[in-house]
Amino acid sequence: MSSKSPLGLALGLGVISGTHHWWMQRVSAVALALLGPWFAISLLLQPDLGYLHAHAWLAAPLNAVLMLLLVPTLVYHSWLGLVVVIEDYVPAKSTKITALLVVQFLHLLVGAAALFGVLKVALGSAA
Amino acid sequence: MASTQRPLSPHLQVYRTMYTMALSILHRATGVALSGALLLLAAWLVALASGADCYAWVARLLGSPLGWLVLAAVLAAFWYHFCTGIRHLVFDTGRCLEKREARLTARLVIFAVVVLTGASVLAMLHMGGVV
Repeated sequence: MSSKSPLGLALGLGVISGTHHWWMQRVSAVALALLGPWFAISLLLQPDLGYLHAHAWLAAPLNAVLMLLLVPTLVYHSWLGLVVVIEDYVPAKSTKITALLVVQFLHLLVGAAALFGVLKVALGSAA
Repeated sequence: MASTQRPLSPHLQVYRTMYTMALSILHRATGVALSGALLLLAAWLVALASGADCYAWVARLLGSPLGWLVLAAVLAAFWYHFCTGIRHLVFDTGRCLEKREARLTARLVIFAVVVLTGASVLAMLHMGGVV
């Protein structure tokens, strides 16, 4: 059930699905509270991050699977966060919609590129 | 539009500046910065998929003094956003909202960030560069 009037819904003014947005921000935050430190600590504990070593790290099944979870979760959390920031600080409606679209497309682009990188290394032959 | 006559919440400047407030603003600022760092992560992964030559180029950038500083700053921002993020998740459950508790957890967060960032920078030094 929506607390908004039918007119308000039709005009698409304000936040239409605020609780869902809020909740997903928290769900992705909990996932990242686990995946983020794993990524940072796992890489920091490597003896070096030269090509061969980094390639072998990413090609290891456990690391590849966790990266396949980390990348979309990061992209989603970052996108949700920037949407809130834009909604809070950009007053003009046209600028706001443009900024929201640019942020959305950039996140999809960066996410696709990062996922492609993980998959190519994980499924490809050894370096 | 009639909406211009709605009552407004007080502006930020009526509140006394407190470090708890700075902590909250920095949570948002580090979040935005980490969104930028997402580009670095994607660049690293794409370089890794593109072969040794491309990777060496990116690794040289990240291994330069400026790149090294950027990586250290990203690590600091990450640990900060991680610690304050957990603090905010606790707030969301309705706990630790009293003034005394908010100040205590703020100090705990600052301590944890300093320790985690310090350990991370030591690990980076130990690794001796990304190349």
